[in-house]
Amino acid sequence: MIEQLLYAIEVSLNGLMTGILYSLVALGFVLIFKASGVFNYAQGIMVLFAALTLVGLQSGQVPFAHLINAIFGTHIYNFGWNLPAVAAIALSAVVMVVLAMAVEKFILKFLINQEPVILFMATIGLAYFLEGFGELMWGGEIKAIDLPLPVGISDTVERVTYDHFGYGFFIDRLDVAAACVAAVLVLSLVLFFQYSKIGRALRAVADDHQAALSVGISLRYIWVVIWSIAGIVGLAAGIMWGAKSGVQFSLSLIALKALPVLMLGGFTSIPGAILGGIIIGVGEKLFDFFMNPVIGGATENWFAYVLALVFLVFRPQGLFGEKIIERV
Amino acid sequence: MLYREAGEFRTSYPDDSQTFPISFDKYRYYAILAVLVVVVPLVINDYWANAVLVPVLVWSIAALGLNILTGYCGQISLGTGGFMAVGAYGCYKLMTAFPDLNIIFCIVLSGAITAGVGIIFGLPSLRIKGFYLAVATLAAQFFLVWLFNSFPWFYNYSASGQITVPERTVLGFPVTGPYTEPWAKYLICLAFAFALAWLARNLTRGSVGRSWMAIRDMDIAAEIIGVNPLKAKLQAFAVSSFFVGIAGALFFSVYLGAVEASEAFGINQSFLVLFMVIIGGLGSIFGSFAGAAFIVLLPVLLKNLLVGKLSWPTDIATNSEFIIVGALIIFFLIVEPHGLAHLARLFKEKLRLWPFPH
Repeated sequence: MIEQLLYAIEVSLNGLMTGILYSLVALGFVLIFKASGVFNYAQGIMVLFAALTLVGLQSGQVPFAHLINAIFGTHIYNFGWNLPAVAAIALSAVVMVVLAMAVEKFILKFLINQEPVILFMATIGLAYFLEGFGELMWGGEIKAIDLPLPVGISDTVERVTYDHFGYGFFIDRLDVAAACVAAVLVLSLVLFFQYSKIGRALRAVADDHQAALSVGISLRYIWVVIWSIAGIVGLAAGIMWGAKSGVQFSLSLIALKALPVLMLGGFTSIPGAILGGIIIGVGEKLFDFFMNPVIGGATENWFAYVLALVFLVFRPQGLFGEKIIERV
Repeated sequence: MLYREAGEFRTSYPDDSQTFPISFDKYRYYAILAVLVVVVPLVINDYWANAVLVPVLVWSIAALGLNILTGYCGQISLGTGGFMAVGAYGCYKLMTAFPDLNIIFCIVLSGAITAGVGIIFGLPSLRIKGFYLAVATLAAQFFLVWLFNSFPWFYNYSASGQITVPERTVLGFPVTGPYTEPWAKYLICLAFAFALAWLARNLTRGSVGRSWMAIRDMDIAAEIIGVNPLKAKLQAFAVSSFFVGIAGALFFSVYLGAVEASEAFGINQSFLVLFMVIIGGLGSIFGSFAGAAFIVLLPVLLKNLLVGKLSWPTDIATNSEFIIVGALIIFFLIVEPHGLAHLARLFKEKLRLWPFPH
């Protein structure tokens, strides 16, 4: 029995780590939703795109190599250099900022004052575009991220827990690193939002677009800033997920997992995104652990959504969302 | 000149709620219908049936269903793929359990089953609204597909996990299975599309449709003027799922013949149908058909152009297809957020005054 209990604890610890990775993706959604009211479906693709760009830049791939070779009949694939990790990350961040500017200039600018569903559809269009664009640019094969990240099972944790409980816990060191990155990101975002001038402007825009405009805050500038931040958060998520499971198309599907996380936490709350991620991560692992003998595996596919659905019936705005007030 | 009415001569409500108030429209509609029923089956071949006409008709039915829910009742749903799967598997189970039952009944019954499932997943809509509801319907999508994959009873314990349609006939002509003539495929889909479009039109212009639209425009206000939100929302979910279920049944039995739940009815199909509805025009019957045609035909067209004419490598063509479809969707939303149906409406307005607009 005690074995079972310890195993359940281990499962939920692993779920906790996965949940933190979910919330990294969800964070990007929340930022954009808060500042512009846009439900950005493309966040998942942005994660993938950021990771692809990072790998491509680092290993010195020629962008659009396949296309160029097909048109001009050349055989170029590689610049033949390897960028150091820091430079590659910085360059990818720059690419994400450029992407944010392009999104603002070519899409959002034209869609001011449209209904939310139209904006949502536009981001789905953007997701399609980026999916094709990313693969055309860097190629569609699965890539490995080559960064000095800790990987493998942590020996220390296993040894210490074995000494204390007589049962060694398996914890992936990468997950621990991801949790630390998430903590640092959230902390710096909260500080940025609370104490910097731009952060104050961001909160003003989140509260009321028109009022913010009337005190002289440039909405378009704020949008570029927030999409850039979301892109960089996406880059962090892309690095972590990419190191875990390789940079491939299925990475963008995590975005869908981030949606129930958001619903649980509330669309507008940063702590909500983190807590929602943890609840979903632990919940789905534990549910699978207990229910696997009864109804079979692969319940992770839907458990998060059903949990969020049931939860929302009782609390429609999520855990930390602003209370929904409706007037006629 | 032809396209003109001399004034407002309507004196009764039935006059006012005519589907085709202008007689030119009515005759044009009959003419198009005649061409579709009489001429097209004579000239249709395998490629046109399988790549163009049948998918357009099947997706139109699904788009009609989602348009009732999203366009008329204002409830965004991302569970369309899951409901299509219910229709397909329901149809399969009915066809294999009752081999003597006519396929038409099987398809309609599977629509009814889907309506029941739709009501269950529609219940949360009374509490959850907007995007929260959209994400909540994802629960239907993922749960239903998982259900059909993990319980072998649904696919009759077949080794591949696929469901394969048995052969069935209507009036002695095979409509499912490998020996189906293209015209038979086309005609059965056309018949369903026509009947359901007629049903949708007549539901949406009556009191049911008005209560849906009241809920869409503002549900609290609608409740105050006496619309029962429970009834209206669940009705919309039921009718919408009925349409989507029939689309799923046709998609499986007539169009593809063999499907596997997670491939054929994945989340992408849900988005595809939503695209059709938005690009065609929310709250428009014609828009559902136009949107479905646009979304189905665009990749076919691009493929013919890029691979066939310009002979690009297929992977580059596929990626370019994504880029072009994505860019076009954004372009459409920027230029005409109310969809193709609104474009058609504007064109009609112009035509009314032509050639002397002042």
